[in-house]
Amino acid sequence: MNLEHNTYIYLIVAALTIYAIRALPLTLIQKEITNTFIKSFLYYVPYVTLAVMAFPAIVTATSSLVSGIVAFVVAVVVAWVDGNLFKVATASCVAVYLTELIV
Amino acid sequence: MNSENKKWYLMGLREGVPIGLGYFAVGFTLGIAAKNAGITAFQMGLMSFMLHASAGQFAAITVIAGQSGYFAMFLTQLVINIRYLLMSAALSQKISPDTSLGKRMLLSYFVTDEIFGVSASVKGELNPFYNFGAISIGSPAWLLGTVLGVLVGNILPPDLTTALSVALYGMFLAVVIPASRESRTVAAVVAVSMAASLIFSLVPILAGISGGTKIIILTVGIAAIAAVIRPVADEEVQ
Repeated sequence: MNLEHNTYIYLIVAALTIYAIRALPLTLIQKEITNTFIKSFLYYVPYVTLAVMAFPAIVTATSSLVSGIVAFVVAVVVAWVDGNLFKVATASCVAVYLTELIV
Repeated sequence: MNSENKKWYLMGLREGVPIGLGYFAVGFTLGIAAKNAGITAFQMGLMSFMLHASAGQFAAITVIAGQSGYFAMFLTQLVINIRYLLMSAALSQKISPDTSLGKRMLLSYFVTDEIFGVSASVKGELNPFYNFGAISIGSPAWLLGTVLGVLVGNILPPDLTTALSVALYGMFLAVVIPASRESRTVAAVVAVSMAASLIFSLVPILAGISGGTKIIILTVGIAAIAAVIRPVADEEVQ
């Protein structure tokens, strides 16, 4: 067995690294943070992260720019009107499918 | 499971459905890449269960295929996944301070972009059983998609894969858009974040920065500026 490049050891290294990153804050920060800045910072984190991950990625994820833009617009409109995760996800999928049938 | 936890678990299960669909579709693509790199279906399933991370697994496959060494694996995973540090920190303030260590450790195992995304949509205090419900659909779908990708290649019609791949992005928008409707500050933060993200993907020098690093730079920068300009009072956070 080649221990220098063993796939399973590679996986263990990757898993330990990613778990440490995911677990350290959740297990170490057990109290409610009272510092206003940190509290506010953590409050804004999800909105920035999710916005950055969604856009422009959603526009370039499909096979044409047109269907990507349609996916984005439909998702934003449905999210604004309703906000239900499942409806928004489904609506944008259906919009892409239909657009790509036409375009 | 008491009735309160059960209620949250069922809510999570429901939100897990679009996550599962998206994971299944994205998993296929990842499985095909893994197969080309010489990863077996068993190794793929194991990797998916151990990591639950699309970009992280793609990078892991690259490191394994290139036989780049264990230290390279550590560094790559650190850089690509460091955003989870921020998500985990944000979650630590969203759950009850009384949450047991065991629950915290289990919750940590499943901090993915999408699970974090749906947790962010929960108003007020988050019950970890919500996440456990969502991952009960998400994790098997992820394993199934990635393993099938290795075994049979892409049997899904391409247009269906494309359509499903936007499900995950749609979910992110389903979190940030309703929050933007309720708060002008959040709306401004979201608009600035999207604009900055667009600039990062268009400007040649910045476009070379990896996705994970871009998320970290923009999140730290924009959230910090927002926290200085518009600090939130206790009642707003709830």
